Amino acid sequence: MRQVMSVCCYCGCGCGLYLLVEDERVVGVAPSRNHPVSRNNLCVKGWHVHEFVHHPDRLSKPLVRRGGELRPASWDEALDRAAEGLAQVKERYGPDAIGVLSSAKCTNEENFLLQKFTRAVLGTNNIDHCARL
Amino acid sequence: MTNSINELDHAQVILVSGSNTTEAHPQVARRIHDSVDRGARLIVVDPRRTDMARLAHIHLQLRPGTDIPLINGMMRVILDEGLIDDLFIEMRTENFFAMRDHLLRVEVEEVAALTGVREGLIRQAARLYAQAQRSVICYCLGVTQHVCGTANVQAYANLAMLTGHVEQEFTGVDPLRGQNNVQGACDMGALPNVYPGYQPVTDAAVRAKFEQAWGTKLPERPGMTLIDMTHGPTVWSERPEAAPEPVRAMYIMGENPMLSDPGIQHVEATLRDLDFLVVSDLFLTETARLADVVFPAASFAEKTGTVTNSERRVQLMHQAIAPVGDAWPDDRIICELAGRLGYAMRYGSPAEIMEEICLLTPLYGGMYHDRLRSSWGLQWPCPDRAHPGTPYLHKYSFTRGRGRFEPSGHVEPADPLNEEYPFLLITGRAYHHYHTGTMSRRCAALTREHDRPWIEIHPEDAARLGVRRGDLLQVRSRRGSCTFFARPTGRVARGQLYCDFHFHEAPVNALTVSCSDPVARCPEFKLCAVNAVPVEQREETGEVM
Repeated sequence: MRQVMSVCCYCGCGCGLYLLVEDERVVGVAPSRNHPVSRNNLCVKGWHVHEFVHHPDRLSKPLVRRGGELRPASWDEALDRAAEGLAQVKERYGPDAIGVLSSAKCTNEENFLLQKFTRAVLGTNNIDHCARL
Repeated sequence: MTNSINELDHAQVILVSGSNTTEAHPQVARRIHDSVDRGARLIVVDPRRTDMARLAHIHLQLRPGTDIPLINGMMRVILDEGLIDDLFIEMRTENFFAMRDHLLRVEVEEVAALTGVREGLIRQAARLYAQAQRSVICYCLGVTQHVCGTANVQAYANLAMLTGHVEQEFTGVDPLRGQNNVQGACDMGALPNVYPGYQPVTDAAVRAKFEQAWGTKLPERPGMTLIDMTHGPTVWSERPEAAPEPVRAMYIMGENPMLSDPGIQHVEATLRDLDFLVVSDLFLTETARLADVVFPAASFAEKTGTVTNSERRVQLMHQAIAPVGDAWPDDRIICELAGRLGYAMRYGSPAEIMEEICLLTPLYGGMYHDRLRSSWGLQWPCPDRAHPGTPYLHKYSFTRGRGRFEPSGHVEPADPLNEEYPFLLITGRAYHHYHTGTMSRRCAALTREHDRPWIEIHPEDAARLGVRRGDLLQVRSRRGSCTFFARPTGRVARGQLYCDFHFHEAPVNALTVSCSDPVARCPEFKLCAVNAVPVEQREETGEVM
């Protein structure tokens, strides 16, 4: 069994924990003994943080709306459709007609990229996330 | 947080306000428990009798929405009894005389009447907080999610400055951040008015720096906040001329505004009206169901990257497994989209993205992945590679130079009680679930412990309505209605109800108000006026009539 150092994905405490990996599946969690926040402890959410990772409800393929229904699609098709949809709105109504919500659940690197995408590619400052909620 | 979580170990007085710490920040609660065991004194400001309040030496059980007068009352006592820190005020602050004049008009008896807290308790709490050497304030969304959220925070800052309880180890003002990377999302400029590191988009020099780095012209005008996007012009009903044009398309990465935002009827109408909606998420959330394109995203276990906790500690998460199914990490999705829109974004790894962050963001100047890999993370500000990080802030000066006292008075809540809506509803989080429950409700153990939307009601109110534990209670506000399972408990005061917002079966944000603080645009989630009616059930079938 491999142990991979990570950080709990729930609250802002930021507990250091090890994900226990067997056969490419996350099967358990162990707290980090020396981590300054977790100090060998986790709360109930942390102890079970792996359970949703392999949940059968996980989206496994991109979905594209066709004929009013969301249907599975290839990545190329989904990305093309998304780029086209955003480009059309930008062309018709201007960049400020597009709004982007980033995520307090994503990494710093992803948040950085999304705000760069919003500002440099879409051309608007309409980016926010759930900090106030 | 101005200080680190572990500094709570050595605080002498801890004032916790608007935070159900035991359930929402269990590790912080653990530090507070340990600290109290070692002799620290605990003051809790909360309308509910939470576990933290039961542990407290002084529980200031205020009427919801009266933080400002309560703190003003405490400051008046501190002023009268000569417990202010003259030297700190002289050296480090400004506008003190306006603050003093404001406080001299505050009468503690009136404060007691307005807040519902006994005068003696206010005096005791004021002395306890002011006289200790190392007093720390921890606050959470119970302080900020009000129409006067900014003024509430300023009131606590005034209290800390008046007594000099900042700038040192073991003292300070610590907002407890909610999501695991809400601090980082703010730091990275996922905000309409600032670039990464809180550099304003309106500052020409800053903009020029980013334009040069990114090789393109950047917009000058600050953008729209989340509430403006998801509610369209409805939030501007009082000043329609100032309302921005509604958005026509949205790209939503890992958020579920259909449950988390106030006034979800408006959110749904806005999202349905969009010309185009792209959502990237782990699951088909209530929001994703409305999208034109849905991307399957990788979870935290399937990617490498950093997150920043409440104490500003930037930590590295390592990829444990390959993405599940055909999911992609969001950074890859964004780069592919950018390429299709004619802007090349190419990075070999998240470490390379971080290098760009370090170069453009003084706050994160030294946060290279190789440094984070061999440590427990670094606390910002960390301006360069050699910098050890900053465990506590404001040592010799505040960010703005001198700390400014901002006197303020009581602000009435947005949604008044009356005969038709006699109960005050408070919303929050529960121990076993998180936010809209997208992840936590898919964990068997958590669902076993907490599987349905409960609402807490005072036993006397429950008896008057004739509801027992587990009975269905329909709760209606001026905006909508939801049905909950009643749980009579002394944790809530008479005339108040409390529920969480984790359950889509009882979307509590159909009830809440969309009014928000004029500065921070933080919605008044903590207060709305409702009525409660028991739902008749057929005994034999349990079916709802």
